[in-house]
Amino acid sequence: MAEYWYYADGFEERVQEQLHNNPEAEVDLDFAIPEKDFNTAGKGSSELKNLLKRLGVDSDVLRRIAVASYEAEINVAAHSKGGVMKSAVHDDLIHVRFEDDGPGIADIEQAMIPGYSTADDLVRELGFGAGLGLPNIKKNSDAMHIVSDIGSSTLLEFFIFFG
Amino acid sequence: MIKLTEYLTAINGINHTPALDPDAVEIHGAYVSDMLSDVMGSAKPDEAWITIMKHLNVIAVASMTGIPVIIFAKGNTPDAAVCDKALEESISLVSSTLSTFELAGILYNLLRS
Repeated sequence: MAEYWYYADGFEERVQEQLHNNPEAEVDLDFAIPEKDFNTAGKGSSELKNLLKRLGVDSDVLRRIAVASYEAEINVAAHSKGGVMKSAVHDDLIHVRFEDDGPGIADIEQAMIPGYSTADDLVRELGFGAGLGLPNIKKNSDAMHIVSDIGSSTLLEFFIFFG
Repeated sequence: MIKLTEYLTAINGINHTPALDPDAVEIHGAYVSDMLSDVMGSAKPDEAWITIMKHLNVIAVASMTGIPVIIFAKGNTPDAAVCDKALEESISLVSSTLSTFELAGILYNLLRS
């Protein structure tokens, strides 16, 4: 099993505290992401964005959340056999988990390199597959965590604080 | 800053979302790319987006990124489902027969004049 953690400066303790305390979310939103269905992929991010907008989340923060979650949804549709997006909205942050049904990431460090992509022709024809998905998620998150095993499944989760 | 109305005239553009008032759409700058993740990674909110991509995911990318107007180059015309989705998200869609290079050049000059 391979694991990858990224923390923006100053966020490691806050994220670990959140995971340790594991408080109940104010709102939970779950969406299925079917394999290679690029019309359904994005619905979860869109609903999440609308919900957070109604809750009054700052527009810059909202945009970071929307981009990170949309990239992650597209990744699940493009690279896995399908999966789920589980958003947990807390008072001060959002925690979004993407769990798929495999086949896993062969080399996470390599997948994090901007420009590296294993996307197929269909995905590239749509204008995805530039190898920027994971770097964009990282860039917009306060923390990002990937657990993957080739031949098994992948978990990607990110945390973004509202203030 | 210019209004979309002014740009539409300059590029002889077709407005596919007339329900959204082009006089109310302000253009402060633009991002030019056909790679969707590049747009999400580098375009700034409130920038126009010039592209030849016209499928449904383009609207999602614009929505997530905060892009108010998409300009389709080289006569690319979005289909009705894409226009409907754009209206839902309040994103204006415009087509022009001009190339991406010409569209960017005209906008650049208008913004600096």
